[in-house]
Amino acid sequence: MLSLIGVAIIVIGLALRLNALLVVLVAGFSSGLVAGMSPTEILAALGQAFTDNRAVSLFIITLPVIGLLERNGLRDQAEHLVQKLRAASAGRISFSYLVLRKATNAFGLQLGGHPAMIRPLVAPMSVGAAERDLPEEALSSPRFKALSQRIRVLNAVSENFGNFFSQLIFVASGGLLLIKSVLDKSGASVSLADMALYAIPTALVSLVVVFVLCRRLDARIRREQQLLREEYPQPSGQTNATPGKDTFTTSAMESHS
Amino acid sequence: MNGIDALYLITGFAIMAFAVLTLTDRDHPRRLGTSAFWMIFGISLAFGQWLPDVVVGLAMLALALLAATGQLGFGNYGQLSDEARQARRKRLGSRLFIPALVIPVGTFLYTLTTGQSALVGLGVATVLAFAVALLLLRESPATGMQEGRRLADAIGWAAILPQFLAALGLLFDQAGVGQTIAGLVSSVVPDTSLVACVIAYCVGMAVFTMLMGNGFAAFAVITSGIGYPLVIALHGGNPAIVGVLGMLSGYCGTLMTPMAANFNIVPAALLELDDRYHIIRAQILPALVMLAANISLMLLLAF
Repeated sequence: MLSLIGVAIIVIGLALRLNALLVVLVAGFSSGLVAGMSPTEILAALGQAFTDNRAVSLFIITLPVIGLLERNGLRDQAEHLVQKLRAASAGRISFSYLVLRKATNAFGLQLGGHPAMIRPLVAPMSVGAAERDLPEEALSSPRFKALSQRIRVLNAVSENFGNFFSQLIFVASGGLLLIKSVLDKSGASVSLADMALYAIPTALVSLVVVFVLCRRLDARIRREQQLLREEYPQPSGQTNATPGKDTFTTSAMESHS
Repeated sequence: MNGIDALYLITGFAIMAFAVLTLTDRDHPRRLGTSAFWMIFGISLAFGQWLPDVVVGLAMLALALLAATGQLGFGNYGQLSDEARQARRKRLGSRLFIPALVIPVGTFLYTLTTGQSALVGLGVATVLAFAVALLLLRESPATGMQEGRRLADAIGWAAILPQFLAALGLLFDQAGVGQTIAGLVSSVVPDTSLVACVIAYCVGMAVFTMLMGNGFAAFAVITSGIGYPLVIALHGGNPAIVGVLGMLSGYCGTLMTPMAANFNIVPAALLELDDRYHIIRAQILPALVMLAANISLMLLLAF
């Protein structure tokens, strides 16, 4: 049971909202000591694993491109286009993205990701759709800021669900290859094509789950928009002047920019 | 040098450029700490395979201390005013999407034509997209690095959390966390009950994935500890179906844990959410629904 000390440190440390990097190192050291390693050995093991897993940090290389495009108005343009599409709503945009993500993922394409698709394109389009027809003052209200956060969370959820629950439909995916190697070693031989086929039902279930989330978000957006219109009545004679059209996204979106 | 090593060098040097720009940023309230943070991380990324492992371990310690003592902050990135940005948007219009699309399309085409890993494709496509963006937007590479630094600072230390967690996974493994969990679960499961075994395997996958932050890391341990002996060998489950649904149960765990920082914590920073755990909170209920679906599908299809 002592081997679980690292797990306990992680749970407690994160619950106390201590800095996660430090919590991870303390948990790592404790686990290493339990495993009978010396501090130098632990440092070396951490360092080696850190180097072996550099691939997870390669997304940083996309940041200069995304940043340059944002500087020149990429998010504004995504928002601007969506203002013209009366049928577009935050939920529908998220769901369409999910379908696109799943369809490409099933063919082994990694077309997406939080830095390359969600932040520069999907999130500003979704928030932009929710801004449509709202008075300008309403967009900087706490109520709209909270709503805008919920919308971006759903965008992130659809990226994750699209990614996780369809990648195994691709016959040569890393996940299927790993399952095959583990099961073959245990003595149960399996075919990649069979496994890919049985990944489909879960993909369909996830489509339904996210569809429900998107519908509920859209319903919530409509309710909140109604409340915002009551809280920030528009001067008469100026109805439907599509305010917010050329204002940039919410200030929440811009807080660090 | 192979493609992936070149990509680590390029990415590492870009991060070192963020550090140099931070050092020259007089308006930065945490100039030295932030600069040191990105410089150390950039060096470890560019030269990791040539550095002694202990040195990288010490670098991790330095990074964690810089972050935990609040040495990271935001600087002045030479942002355009809202009006100037809108003027550029009007001039460029939807051409702005071209460089953004070069990244996924280029990754796909490069991977397809060369058969190399998607990561190398991503690197090549991103460098190409950077060049296209500079030409189209008539910006300088230095402005590109400033913008990269702006986004890196916005993500902050969470940017390197996934790599820290991967290192932790290895030490959990050394300490025998997986065996302990598998032993605990199989000692309490009544193995005569098919339903209990399937639930134990799927829930075990989800829980152990939450601890490791990674379904792949959990799969070998939990499948050889519970899935193979109890579900496949004892109850005769179809191995292909049990295997794939077991892995998908693990992915349900990924949705519910801060250990999977690259899917849950880094995006919260990228999307500028007030609460780092907001995405995880929103995913817990849908993930449990998916877990229940995987358990039901396994019972329905594999026997």
